[in-house]
Amino acid sequence: MKRTFFFLLFVTLLTAGCASSTVEATPPPQIDTGVDPDSWALIPAGEFLADFTNEEILVDYDYQMMVTDVTNAQFADFLNAALKDGTIKIVGDEIMGYYPGDIFREYRHEEEYAAGDYPLMPLDEEAALRLDFDGTTFTAKPGYENHPMVMVTWFGANAYCQYYDGRLPSAIEWEKAARGADGRPFPWGNEAQQTNANYYHSNDPFEDVIGRMGDTTPVGFYNGQTHLGFETEDSPSPYGLYDMAGNVYQWVGDVIPYQHYRLLLGGAKDVYAVRIRVWVSNNVEPVYFSPNAGFRCAQD
Amino acid sequence: MKAITKRFQYFFLSTKGLALVAIALLSLVTAIWGTLSGPLAEMGINDITVRVLGMDLVPAEREGRLIMLYHSIAMTVVAIQVYFITGIMAMKKHERATINATVTVGYMFALIFGMLFGYFGHNWIYHGLFIAGQTLMYFGGILLAAALWPWKKEYYIQDPKSEYAHTKGGMDLERAAFFAMAVTTLGSALLGAIAGANFGNGFVTFLAEDTVRDPNKAVLARAVIGHLHIMVALTGVAITLIVGKWYDFKGILHKIAMPSMIFGSIILALGCALMIPAQYYAHLIIYVGSTFVLVAGLLLVIYGWGRLVRDRLAEQGIEKASFGQKFKALFHDPVKWGATWQMVYMNFCVTFVGLFMAAKLDDIIRRLPLREERITLTGHWHVLAAIIATIMLLYFVDLMGLKGKARKWFGWLVIISSDLAFGAATIFALKRLFVSESDQQPLVDTLDLLTEIGLGLLLIVIAAFLVWRLIDLFKKNGRWAKELSEVDL
Repeated sequence: MKRTFFFLLFVTLLTAGCASSTVEATPPPQIDTGVDPDSWALIPAGEFLADFTNEEILVDYDYQMMVTDVTNAQFADFLNAALKDGTIKIVGDEIMGYYPGDIFREYRHEEEYAAGDYPLMPLDEEAALRLDFDGTTFTAKPGYENHPMVMVTWFGANAYCQYYDGRLPSAIEWEKAARGADGRPFPWGNEAQQTNANYYHSNDPFEDVIGRMGDTTPVGFYNGQTHLGFETEDSPSPYGLYDMAGNVYQWVGDVIPYQHYRLLLGGAKDVYAVRIRVWVSNNVEPVYFSPNAGFRCAQD
Repeated sequence: MKAITKRFQYFFLSTKGLALVAIALLSLVTAIWGTLSGPLAEMGINDITVRVLGMDLVPAEREGRLIMLYHSIAMTVVAIQVYFITGIMAMKKHERATINATVTVGYMFALIFGMLFGYFGHNWIYHGLFIAGQTLMYFGGILLAAALWPWKKEYYIQDPKSEYAHTKGGMDLERAAFFAMAVTTLGSALLGAIAGANFGNGFVTFLAEDTVRDPNKAVLARAVIGHLHIMVALTGVAITLIVGKWYDFKGILHKIAMPSMIFGSIILALGCALMIPAQYYAHLIIYVGSTFVLVAGLLLVIYGWGRLVRDRLAEQGIEKASFGQKFKALFHDPVKWGATWQMVYMNFCVTFVGLFMAAKLDDIIRRLPLREERITLTGHWHVLAAIIATIMLLYFVDLMGLKGKARKWFGWLVIISSDLAFGAATIFALKRLFVSESDQQPLVDTLDLLTEIGLGLLLIVIAAFLVWRLIDLFKKNGRWAKELSEVDL
């Protein structure tokens, strides 16, 4: 009897673990959040409180940042345009683009990123990609048009922004845009609730799609409206930017000296709320791509 | 009134009572604070805990809170180890009493006021009392080192043919190993204290695991990382020495192991201190020190398993045992065997993983996002700390005289549940080696479940033991009364 019980328990655990699906899912519901992914917000010059130590930092110039992350539809348009004019190309299972290289100092363990072509995104990760490619044209997968672009490398994010005469924001610019001047830990204030952002186990409607890891939410989802019966709070940053915490990490432009890692800020849908505080950063080599990493652009 | 006094005497004058109180407090903290993260937090239990207890959790202060939590728990664990050591090492009665009293007040101040300061608003009196508690712990450590002073002639081994490790002059090398561990712990505590006070000044807080891959670590970061690693390692050294006494470790392996442990402790501590001025060389020195310590641990395991088999077969009166009988004899007492098995298991979850990762630094670790590396490293040292805790627990229940079927159930359940949880946590920490982010969820769900089952079962087993002892305290002539009567007051 005991043996049977333990055997059944073992089998149950195994099957429970294997039962879930991967990132690939049925098309998500179409939700128009009303937040325009093409809009930009002005971040005025001035001091702000940076890091968890609230160190006063002066950014002495105005700049603009996109109100939302770059969406799949926007990135598909970029790919189509850039492929057409030859700015980028398809090599094997990757889209490649030129990058002028990082300064190399021959430091211990230093990885060299010389001038050359680098991968912008993979084409063979169909389960996680939110884009379809018919051999000539990229389109966003149905339902994912206004979700943030993911599976994009730092080179891909950088190429997108530069293509439209912008750039990736620096980490300082990003943090100021996310939290304003008053030292708040989250873009909308002092506490993170499930109605503010998409993070691990935040119970948003898209979490049902693939289990606790969840899926991305459309950009601007947490805008005070009720979507699919899920009530949200309007949670922009003080400068009006949405999704500056949770949903997807955002690549920023800084190159970490010697190691050449790039920073990913803002947390993502599969991290706990404590890791979407505005100063918590992640970093990785620039060729990395993930279902949790996207970006938005800045411009002067 | 007399009944209460008697029980207080038991709690604070006997090794068993002191350890019981500390373990009960640790369990209480673990049970309450465990609701603030992980699956219970996902279920919303953390909100209830915060509301009911009136916690004040400022998001910007999370790292500081965790540092208070780590230190509060660490002080209690160190106090328990001190009780074990004063209980098994020869020393004068007043030395034992003074050391135990000092560390008891010390850890209680550190635990209670540390948690109050960290989680219930910043009353600076709490912080002062937290520091006072840690200072008392440090002072208790000095007293312990003085009591363990191996050059005292009265503790010399008189028999030159003794099976216990000793110098030609008769100095007890096991005592010297305890002394070396105590002194290096005191030095390593200073490494953290001075760095924290001078550079952090209490207002710059970060978790060591958040700085792991930063190539240009500040002095404070290097000191904190050195401090963290050496303190966990020396806690491991301490419990290995305690288990050695429990097993009555002796013979040729003892004579190799004790000098190895002494060298290992000293070299490890120096290596970790060198993290500040010479990070590169520090790693090389740490590898050398770790090897000495691991060899000593391995020799204890080899001796211990042989001893368990021999003792059991002798008990059964079997002179020529078959392989099967020897095998059965080894597992006869899961509590005692479990203490050394956990040391072996630790290598699968911690040592081998660490070595593999170090060897594959450029191929694996540097390719991972910081968050993945952080998970790997945090898992690495949490598992190590938790394995040490299970060994302490097994030693403790033996000390408390757990016998019969309850002992077997307790031993096996602790081993199986903790190894299930630690094994699953290790695979979780290493998941990126065999599954991509896109495909990880089924594996993560399974590992989460296994870890939660393992940890949940472990906590239930500990709770059952504590409830048993709690019920005993309500009996006029319970086990506690007998144990108190054995204490030389």
